[in-house]
Amino acid sequence: MADPALVVRLRQAGPIPLDVAFECGGREMLALVGPSGSGKTTILRSISGLYRPAACEVRCNGSTWSDTESGAFAPPFRRRVGMVFQHYALFPHMSAAANVAAAMGHRPAPERGPRARELLALVGLAGLEARMPHQLSGGQQQRVAVARALARDPEALLLDEPFSAVDKATRQRLYGELGQLKSRLAMPVILVTHDFDEAARLADRMCLIDHGRLLQTGTPGDVLARPVNVAAARIVDLKNMFAARILSHDANRTWLDWNGRKIAASPHRQFAAGQRIVWAVPSTQVLLDRPVAGRAGQGENRLRGIVARLATLSESTSLAVRLAGADAPELSMTVPAHFVRRTGMRQGAKVAVRLLVEGIHIMDGEHTQQDGKSATPPSGFHRAAS
Amino acid sequence: MDWQAFQLSVRLGAVTVAFLLPIGILLGRWLAFSEFRGKGLAEAALALPLVLPPTVLGYYLLVGFANASPLGRAWQAIFGEGLVFTFQGLVVASVLINLPFAVQPMQRAFEAIPPDIREAAAVSGMAPLQVLRRIDLPLAWPGIVTGLVLSFAHTLGEFGVVLMVGGSIPGETRTLSISIYDSVQAFDYSAAGMMSLALLAFALVALATTLALSRKAIRSRG
Repeated sequence: MADPALVVRLRQAGPIPLDVAFECGGREMLALVGPSGSGKTTILRSISGLYRPAACEVRCNGSTWSDTESGAFAPPFRRRVGMVFQHYALFPHMSAAANVAAAMGHRPAPERGPRARELLALVGLAGLEARMPHQLSGGQQQRVAVARALARDPEALLLDEPFSAVDKATRQRLYGELGQLKSRLAMPVILVTHDFDEAARLADRMCLIDHGRLLQTGTPGDVLARPVNVAAARIVDLKNMFAARILSHDANRTWLDWNGRKIAASPHRQFAAGQRIVWAVPSTQVLLDRPVAGRAGQGENRLRGIVARLATLSESTSLAVRLAGADAPELSMTVPAHFVRRTGMRQGAKVAVRLLVEGIHIMDGEHTQQDGKSATPPSGFHRAAS
Repeated sequence: MDWQAFQLSVRLGAVTVAFLLPIGILLGRWLAFSEFRGKGLAEAALALPLVLPPTVLGYYLLVGFANASPLGRAWQAIFGEGLVFTFQGLVVASVLINLPFAVQPMQRAFEAIPPDIREAAAVSGMAPLQVLRRIDLPLAWPGIVTGLVLSFAHTLGEFGVVLMVGGSIPGETRTLSISIYDSVQAFDYSAAGMMSLALLAFALVALATTLALSRKAIRSRG
């Protein structure tokens, strides 16, 4: 990144362990993603000055907000930061417009009313200025919170799980609106979420956080499909993870020996032939073919098996396919619900699956389990199936 | 009806409440938002007047206020008169014994403000004093008024401490409740009855007001 607008470095041993360093560009949306309790919100609170870790450095557009070394610390009210809280934290005794105007202490009083109306119109709440927070729906409250965060004329916008308290339909609409709003904002935006789909949909880059540590930074596509290690893969809930050995490399393939099955992957030359590795394939990179007599099991990364379990979700079906072989590994994949209806797919059906070569990702990892066994249980599937 | 005593009681209540308003807000807010070692002990000490017999409190205050005591000497040096058997002494005693009645409802009201609302105020650019004025006080006011009403009503009804510290000097320390006692001693039951009824009615109105305010506070947070 040429010129980061927001630079964050935090470290402390306890009570909440933190060890992260990241930067965010001036028009970038960076998602901090990780399981509940991983320290994401604490990182956000440290940026806003609501929390003060033992060692911290926060700089925004050249000004120092926190720097333990020099002893500099600007209290929250002196930082030009807009923050949307998880439950919005609207001032319950103020109207929507007054909530927004309350964050405009830096502007002359006569400007505040018109500017509050302008911001409420920007988030699609024109006409609701006089409503009290309890008279607004969850989605409307979230928009007031966004307008209030922008009212500060912030140099950075911090969003703490802003979509977690609204229903799914509202959330889908708000995603679209935030996407549009973001294109008009020239400031770093930090989004805290535990929802990988949300991060993938909204963020330019994401930081994977676990136990206060930064495990991986990259584009959402990279982080979700190519985790740096098994720990990261578990957090992003990569379903199909297995132990294997590197067989060989050739011009455009790395070949794996997966309990006697020969698997082709895109070149991963950093691993030596014979090395034990963990490989993974996202469930979106496993294709399901209807069994065709004589052809099943033929071709690159083509494997035979039977449907072990089906779990029907709203628009898709989650499938576990038990592959043939003594180790009987299970592959998890998601197919459209109409495919299952059309093909009459049911438990016990014979199927062929194909693993996309470019979808196979190889990691250094633990080898605690025998080759061929799943290195991590397909927890998502079990949850969906139960 | 001893109108002089009535007037004195009301004056004592008003002055007590005037002192307790800032003290209660500061103490209540501090106890609500700070964590420190010995907080439990501080809260227990503050609540003592709720459980100690008024005569015990009165005894300690009488000893503490005496001209020989450090507080008595200091007071004498600054104001030129002692604390015992004076209206000023009654005010100091009244403020002290009413601390729990004022501070506790205020503390609970401040504690009931969700922390993220106060944090949102800070990141919205409000300095601590602005947070107090624009967030804490408007949200905690039912608790603040409750604390003041309870303190006022309790001051009007206080007997033991007033008798110990103030005695019964007409126009100076003889409050309504002391006057009721004196009337009964003098077999003037009709005056005692009138004044008792007045205190009873006032206590009822005060309690009804505080209950209505707590309901309002609960509703506004609903």
